[in-house]
Amino acid sequence: MRRRLAIFLLLLAVLVLVGTGCIKRESYVIKIGVFEPITGANAAGGQLEVEGIKLANKLYPEVLGKKVELVIVDNKSDKVEAATAAARLVEKEKVTAIIGSWGSSLSMAAGDIVRQGKVPTVGASCTNPLVTAGNDYYFRVCFIDPFQGTVMANYAYSSLNARKAAIIQEVNNDYAVGLAKFFMDSFKQLTGDEDSIVAVANYNTGDQDFSAQLTNVKAKEPDVIFAPGNFTESALIISQARKLGITCPFIGGDTWETQEFLDIGQEAVEGAVFSTFFATEKPITEESAKFIEAYRAEYNKEPAAVAALGYDAYILILDALKRAGTTDRVKLRAEIAKTENFPGAAGVITLDANGDAVKNAVIKIVKDQKFTYLDTITPQQ
Amino acid sequence: MTLDLFLQHLSNGISLGSLYALIAIGYTMVYGILRLINFAHGDIFMMATYFAFFGIVTFRIPWFITFPLVLVLTAGLGMGVETVAYRPLREAPKISLLISAIGASFFLENLTIVLFGGVPKPFPAPKLFTDVVQVGAVSIQKLTFYIPIVTVIALLGLMYLINKTKTGMAMRAVSMDHETARVMGININRTISFTFGLGSFLAAVGGIMWGMKFPQIQPLMGVIPGLKCFIAAVIGGIGNIGGAVIGGFILGIGEIMLVAFLPDLTGYRDAFAFVLLILILMSKPTGILGEKTAEKV
Repeated sequence: MRRRLAIFLLLLAVLVLVGTGCIKRESYVIKIGVFEPITGANAAGGQLEVEGIKLANKLYPEVLGKKVELVIVDNKSDKVEAATAAARLVEKEKVTAIIGSWGSSLSMAAGDIVRQGKVPTVGASCTNPLVTAGNDYYFRVCFIDPFQGTVMANYAYSSLNARKAAIIQEVNNDYAVGLAKFFMDSFKQLTGDEDSIVAVANYNTGDQDFSAQLTNVKAKEPDVIFAPGNFTESALIISQARKLGITCPFIGGDTWETQEFLDIGQEAVEGAVFSTFFATEKPITEESAKFIEAYRAEYNKEPAAVAALGYDAYILILDALKRAGTTDRVKLRAEIAKTENFPGAAGVITLDANGDAVKNAVIKIVKDQKFTYLDTITPQQ
Repeated sequence: MTLDLFLQHLSNGISLGSLYALIAIGYTMVYGILRLINFAHGDIFMMATYFAFFGIVTFRIPWFITFPLVLVLTAGLGMGVETVAYRPLREAPKISLLISAIGASFFLENLTIVLFGGVPKPFPAPKLFTDVVQVGAVSIQKLTFYIPIVTVIALLGLMYLINKTKTGMAMRAVSMDHETARVMGININRTISFTFGLGSFLAAVGGIMWGMKFPQIQPLMGVIPGLKCFIAAVIGGIGNIGGAVIGGFILGIGEIMLVAFLPDLTGYRDAFAFVLLILILMSKPTGILGEKTAEKV
């Protein structure tokens, strides 16, 4: 009996110690939530962003004399889980700001929660315009899809001389559907032909068999296939297309730039072209050089564009915190909105009225199983 | 739609259908013997693809050694799951077993996420199987010929095993009545364990074929194929091995034709399987080849 009491008292003592430890720690740290897909279909993209954010945290661990602590939550590549994960950051962890998420649908699922909770959130690579539209608390450090769609339509029309295009889109992904729409509008305008889009095929996230859609697309004989969507499904689509004897070029969006796209697609994705944010061959700012060097040293591989954007989102928040001089979320939000000519790793960031960054796009091609720089496109003012 | 186009769709459908059939066989066999829907079947299937990945990519063992090894390991895993999750519940009501099966399924999925990470990995498919053959205007992957052959071999082998061998006789006896079978001197635990091993062996065959056709593996990859093959088994008449093959083909060809002829409904592709299930259950609850069974009181 006495022994049990002793154990109980010991446990109580430990609890009290741990408890006070927590309380003490709270006031000395600034919590920044990281809201990314760590598991599920988008995991590879989410993990690249987390790598960039962690690296930024390592290089810039402090602000306002306090340590910055990252609270990483997994939104499991799922819209419902994304809302729960965002709510956890806002209500339970009470973070000062949030970074994320890879995937526009996931970011949009969190939109209302961060707006109502008044937590300033900076997206790294979510490019759908609706993420920040009508939401004062959502910002992003990347360009948006109307621009990206135009860039790829121009590429298809001018560089590939394509006059007939087919679309294969991930129909339950707002990013893919949005990007496909902007591409189609722009391509029709360029060709001056309403029927220049010869086929639109759909698929769902997680689908593995695309033979029926591809067989239909093949019958329409397009010059180019625009297939925005998740990297795994896209790689499977391209490799199944090649097996069905489709030889025309495949072009896509920024989501393709993951090692998994190459690993799964192998020689089938050779020659695939897509638009993205940043290329290591063309460092833009001093911060780019610093980032590229530190990333190579830390992870022993070449950085992807989304890793650079995750890094940028973090240093942008830190910069705004410095200017605000407080962790008050409303003041922080106002400072983030004022960001102008901020030198990030993936280019200079100026946020417009919607909270979107206006910057150049980079076109890359898969060559010898590597992402290789092709061109830089500047937005028309 | 031209004839060539239709033939291409048909070949795609047969290829997918035979894959469903292959996995459904294992599902239905376990149910036929034990009256247990093994919801962990899809996850055992997923584990098999990971074993193959580690064998070929990590340990650089050639595929012709890795694949048999994978079959044995997966069969062992199935027996392990049976020992841990189902054996202690042998005398418990069926519903407890069902819940335990769902638990085993979640456990395997999350274990894989923790151990191997949630990022999809490429499946190392040997070139020999993935080459493409041109038949007129139709492009067919060699695998499309192999999968139905493997399915038929598995079907015939299983039918022989169950109907002609002593072990098969023991399995059938256990499926009728545990107590009486025990009185007749049949080792119940060993027979059930063997049944699970065999079911998992078939799941592994399906997993290897699936991985070669869709060369991307991730911890939750077994969920949808598991559900679809369960539906295929129910459509054919759950417990009936020939029925599972028929159900698999109906589902596979149906899905492809839905996407081919009604492209606007592509998003409802998975829903198609469930609608089909509901229709079958409403019109013929025992499935196409299912026998009428009186509920035991």
